[in-house]
Amino acid sequence: MVLLEIKNLHVEIDGKEILKGLDLTVNAGEVHAIMGPNGSGKSTLAYVLAGKADYTPTAGEVLFNGKNIFDMTPDERAAAGLFLAFQYPLEIPGVATMTFLRTALNAQRKKRGEVELSTPEFIKKVRETAGKLNIDQDMLRRAVNVGFSGGEKKRNEILQMALLEPRVAVLDETDSGLDIDALKIVADGVNRLRAPQRSFVVITHYQRLLSYIVPDIVHVLSAGRIVKTGGKELALELEARGYAEYQEEAVA
Amino acid sequence: MNAGVATIKTAAETELAQVFALARGSLPGDDAVSAQREAAFGVFAKEGLPHRRVEDWKYTDLRALMREAKPLAPPPDAVAKTLAKSAGALLGDVETRRLVFVDGAFVAELSDLANLENGLAVGSLADALSGSDPVLTQHLGKLAPASDVAVALNTALMGDGAVIRIAAGSTIERPLHLLFVASGKPAASFVRSLVVVERGARAMIIESHEGPAGIDYQVNAALELFVGDAAHVDHVKIIGEGADALHVSTLAAAIGAHARFNAFSFTVGGAVVRNQLFLKFDGEGIVAGIRGATLLKGRQHADTTLVANHVAPDCQSREVFKTVLDDEAHGVFQGRIIVRRQAQRTDAKMMTQALLLSERAEADNKPELEIFADDVQCGHGATAGAIDEDLKFYLLARGIPAAEAEALLIQAFLGEAIEGIEHAGLREALLETVAAWLKARK
Repeated sequence: MVLLEIKNLHVEIDGKEILKGLDLTVNAGEVHAIMGPNGSGKSTLAYVLAGKADYTPTAGEVLFNGKNIFDMTPDERAAAGLFLAFQYPLEIPGVATMTFLRTALNAQRKKRGEVELSTPEFIKKVRETAGKLNIDQDMLRRAVNVGFSGGEKKRNEILQMALLEPRVAVLDETDSGLDIDALKIVADGVNRLRAPQRSFVVITHYQRLLSYIVPDIVHVLSAGRIVKTGGKELALELEARGYAEYQEEAVA
Repeated sequence: MNAGVATIKTAAETELAQVFALARGSLPGDDAVSAQREAAFGVFAKEGLPHRRVEDWKYTDLRALMREAKPLAPPPDAVAKTLAKSAGALLGDVETRRLVFVDGAFVAELSDLANLENGLAVGSLADALSGSDPVLTQHLGKLAPASDVAVALNTALMGDGAVIRIAAGSTIERPLHLLFVASGKPAASFVRSLVVVERGARAMIIESHEGPAGIDYQVNAALELFVGDAAHVDHVKIIGEGADALHVSTLAAAIGAHARFNAFSFTVGGAVVRNQLFLKFDGEGIVAGIRGATLLKGRQHADTTLVANHVAPDCQSREVFKTVLDDEAHGVFQGRIIVRRQAQRTDAKMMTQALLLSERAEADNKPELEIFADDVQCGHGATAGAIDEDLKFYLLARGIPAAEAEALLIQAFLGEAIEGIEHAGLREALLETVAAWLKARK
């Protein structure tokens, strides 16, 4: 079953074209890795899927579960099961992590016509999930990401993903700024969520993360297009040889 | 007076002179009080209503904003008193001792006067003026700046108010709530209160002002507050006037050595509001938190003007004022910290921030430091801006709808000021009011 289908997607930021005809098909249960050099459009892809303003699609379409996502607001996309783990999670002073998580979860449930979780039900769910990600209670009481280390912020992203249980999760350079222990915790959190009905798009610059989150399919993104697709061994090849040949290909 | 500039009295100025001429014979007080009134009115007669060329009133041109002066409100009748019974909802279920004033007049039968705590004495200003109360003669007019025209008009026309004395060492657990209600007459009230908290005593004074929308009533309220040495006093002012009201109020406080003092101003109502705080740090070792939150929409105009005057050494003050502005609202914050030569080791930090929810809203922030001592830690900051789109997108991306995402961010913004209120129930009540205000948006 196709969960996410991107066809000939062109995206501009401030009049500059970043994505230039990107195609990608993600089936349920698959883990796709998107690798590429800096400036190839990896983060643009993540943001345009989530619906960030100023990322303007000029051609092509994106179907999520059969529906055109450009007809949906960012919160509608999230409620429909699309999740973006941010490369740089934002700090929100004055909003307690617990409040943030509960507001998000219940807003999504409400939109889907599901019953909102009561406070005790919610707390139980958060505690269980947080425990598995080595997130202590103190972190949950603090304002969202305020004073969190880089690793804590990324773990908080994975916690949100685990609570929100998306159909498609896009991880934008979740490995950046993580030491090996934090990387393992994050990867473990992702692997635990792998399921036949759920898919992942893992965006990364380095192969390292893919040793822990083993992808089914690896794509090379260069100059706004997918220029090569292969199995997990493609990631190792890229690690050994770098992106130089693809950059030249794209320029040519 | 500059040559060639003729002073033309505005309608409101002429009307105020008529109001005073009509009332001067019947206002309460002995000859000494009458003399005080005459002198105060003289200040107004000379200066007129403050306007934009008077630096302290630069952003609140009362001369332009106050088109007419209303007659003095008549004593409340039974209908007005009945309306006042449902007032005070802004405080939620905070347990207080209420002193109720309807159209500026004290109403004993609506007030909680039974079982006063030991050390607490309460009364009305009208009674105190008529009976030459010694507390009054010793304190009245000693703190409010006589040269300020708003204060001068208040002194000239003060009719009633609260007179409260808290004896040395007493702790008054139940907050005292001065509830000022306008019943809906297009009239003016001039209320003056006096609160004397003696050495080592502890009390919380809540002053709230409310009235119906659709009536352009006017309120001029002043409160003089004496905080004794080592006392612990919280003052909270809630300005929840009706949407068409003009409200000018003044808190003038002198704080004694080693006292703890917290002041909070919450402004949400009124068409035109001027909220003045004149605080004198009169003794060493004071710790003070001066905060405020203002929520404005439509064409509301609200001005908070603060003067923190440090005259004694080793005091600490923190000032945090937050304003949220929607539609075409206009918010003003003027904050001046003065550190006198002898006020060494003063530690004063002031922050004022405005959050603009509309492109047509306007915020003016004017923080000032005047430092004459050489060993101090003082600072100020001011910001004005819109909701952070990146933060909002983060919330949207988690499935939180736009209106709810904005509400969360606005609550967080104001929270930084409101969290400073020590009384949990009151904090909750104000956060509820914020939530209701946000819900009414759009």
